[in-house]
Order: sequence, then C-alpha cells, then structure tokens
Amino acid sequence: MPDVQIRKRLTVVEEIFHEGGPVATTPLKRAAALAIIHNPYAGKYVSDIASFMDDLKPLGLGMAQALVAALGGNPKNIEGYGKGAIVGSAGELEHGALWHVPGGYAMREILGDAKAIVASTKKVGGPGTRLDVPITHINASYVRSHFDAMEVGLNDAPRADEILLALVMTTGPRVHARVGGLKASEIKGEDGLR
Amino acid sequence: MKAAIRKIAVFVEETHSEMDRKVDPPARRAAAVAVIQNPFAGKYVDDLSDLMTIGEELGELLATRAVSALGIPGNTVESYGKAAAVGENGELEHAAAILHPKLGTPVRRVLGKGAALIPSSKKRGGLGVVLDIPLGHKDAAFVRSHFDGMEVRLNDAPRANEIMVAVAVTDSGRPLPRVGGLTKDQIKGEDGLR
Repeated sequence: MPDVQIRKRLTVVEEIFHEGGPVATTPLKRAAALAIIHNPYAGKYVSDIASFMDDLKPLGLGMAQALVAALGGNPKNIEGYGKGAIVGSAGELEHGALWHVPGGYAMREILGDAKAIVASTKKVGGPGTRLDVPITHINASYVRSHFDAMEVGLNDAPRADEILLALVMTTGPRVHARVGGLKASEIKGEDGLR
Repeated sequence: MKAAIRKIAVFVEETHSEMDRKVDPPARRAAAVAVIQNPFAGKYVDDLSDLMTIGEELGELLATRAVSALGIPGNTVESYGKAAAVGENGELEHAAAILHPKLGTPVRRVLGKGAALIPSSKKRGGLGVVLDIPLGHKDAAFVRSHFDGMEVRLNDAPRANEIMVAVAVTDSGRPLPRVGGLTKDQIKGEDGLR
C-alpha cells in the first residue's frame, strides 16, 4: 500500500454578510480544506488502484474534522457539503475518482447521519487550476436554497505528480436565497433526496 | 464601523514538504481578506480620510483574524504583509489610502511589535484578480529567509464598486531557506532593517 505523502494543506473560510441585499443576521460561512498529496500512480497506467482509497481514509477524516472546527466546532451547524479533486498532468482522471469514497464517507461520518450523496467534481490540471466544488444540502439533495459552489485552488498545485484533494462545508443557504423549491424545513430525510 | 463589509475570507497554508524533504514543523502562513464597499467608487474625491479610517479598522480586524487562524500568540508571528485590489470603478489611490496611513498601527498592536515596514502591493482589477501579498520579517526587513509572497484571490471580488483588502502573517519564513543573508537569530530589531 502506498503511503499518503502530504506536501501542503490549505484551509479557506469565507464569511458572507450580504451580496447587495439585506445583511444576514447570521452570516453564511463556507469552508474548504485542501490537501496536496503525491500521486503514487503518476506517469504510468496502473490497473489496480482501488486500495489507495483505504489509505486516504484517515486523511479524509482529518480534513472533515478540520472543516467542522473551522466552522465553529459543532457538526450540527453544517448544512451543505461537497468534494472535488484536481489531478496533476502526469495522472489520469480516474485517480481523482479515488477520492469519492474516503472524502464523502469521512464527511458523512463526522456529521453523524448525513443522508444526501456528496456532490462532487474533478479534473486534470496544472498548478493554479481552479475547481468549482459543487455544494448541496447534507440531508436532501433537492433543497434548492443550498445549491451552491465554492471555488478553490492553489497557485503552486497540483504539480504533475500530485493530486489536490478538496472537501467543502457550509453553514446554510445562499445568503439571499429566494428562488423557491424544496425548503430545508420541508425535508423528509428518508432517501437523501427530499 | 465605517467599513461596509460584504465578505471576509481567511486562508491558512501549511507546507509539509518540498522535493520530498520534510519541513518540520510545517511552514505556515495565513491571510485574512475583507471585501468592502468603495465609498468613492465612480467619482474623483479629493479627501480620502474615510478610507484611511477604514484602513485602521481593517488593520485590527484582519490581523486578529489571521493570527487567530494560525492559533499562535501575536508576538510569535515572524513575517507579515498587506495588499489591496480596487474594483474597476475605483482608483489606485483608494488602495493607498487604506493601506498606508493608518492600517499598520493596529496590525503592530495585535503582534506586540513590528519594527519593519509592512511590505505591500496594490492593483486595480476585476472579479477573481490575484493578489500577491509580499511578505517580510516583521522586525528586520533584511532577514533573507523571510522574503516571500502569498497569493490570494476570491472569484467574486472585487466587484466594480468594491475594494479587497488583505493582511498576511506567518509563523516562519520560506520552507527550506538556504540562500544566506541575515538570519533571524542575528536580528537587532532596532531600526526595522537588521
């Protein structure tokens, strides 16, 4: 099993007070945790890569915990989440897919009983590539007020033989959400969708 | 507070290794960024004293946020820097009014000291513009290991009538410094230079 070698971490916390409308009584917070790791499969085609998902589990848990801490420490305040990966140029998109299980399950584990699938995106790119990480409600994917995204990236990552892994959490709806649809207060919470 | 803040973002970067060589403890730096309304957007105003007051407020706010994101006492901060980006309806002089007359004093109060000039950069730009915040040792500008820079950006700022203001602090210099010059253990700390 390859080790997970971390070159760099980045935590970003955004606090949004308004976007031209009324100032929110509780500002929306969004946070992203990024880890830049060495890609053990860079530069070659490797058929059996799935075991690396297990190696990534502790990293995912650590990042999810760091996000909750960055957003005030109480998992109950987390309402939205998402995840993503940018694979450096010597890797393939499939290496980014290794993040689905350890990244997603880490957040659901830390948040208790989160029911919705974790929205995700991935791509191959060079240093400075930006990634728009999609965000949805943690218990019901259709909650329209919580559809959001957070742009993340780092000027010096990912290098060719690296993978940038990202987890994102938010504390609420878009700051001026007003386009209707399923409301957070109407969630049944059975199927992760509504 | 005079500053009308739309958004605050805090970034924390940790470098754990470079070229497979461990950086122990990791080199850490934090930047706090505020997105504010530009009270003088779209017109020429001679007296910029309101922006100077805003600079004073933001100096304290952003230095406090950045230091607390590193989780260290203010007096253990090693280097610092500041920067501003003015939206397209403002002028470069607006950034100067925020950064230069009054922002430094509260920053130094948060850090306990800060004999050296706070390195700075400024520009005008659109949404997503990149700010390269220059960094230098807070007590002796000539400490070569601490010459550095930190890139920050926000995809949705600055809007035309906004200004983005950033303060960055570190707990260390570059990850593996080895180009000689004045070292931090040689600092006299009297004139802010050596």
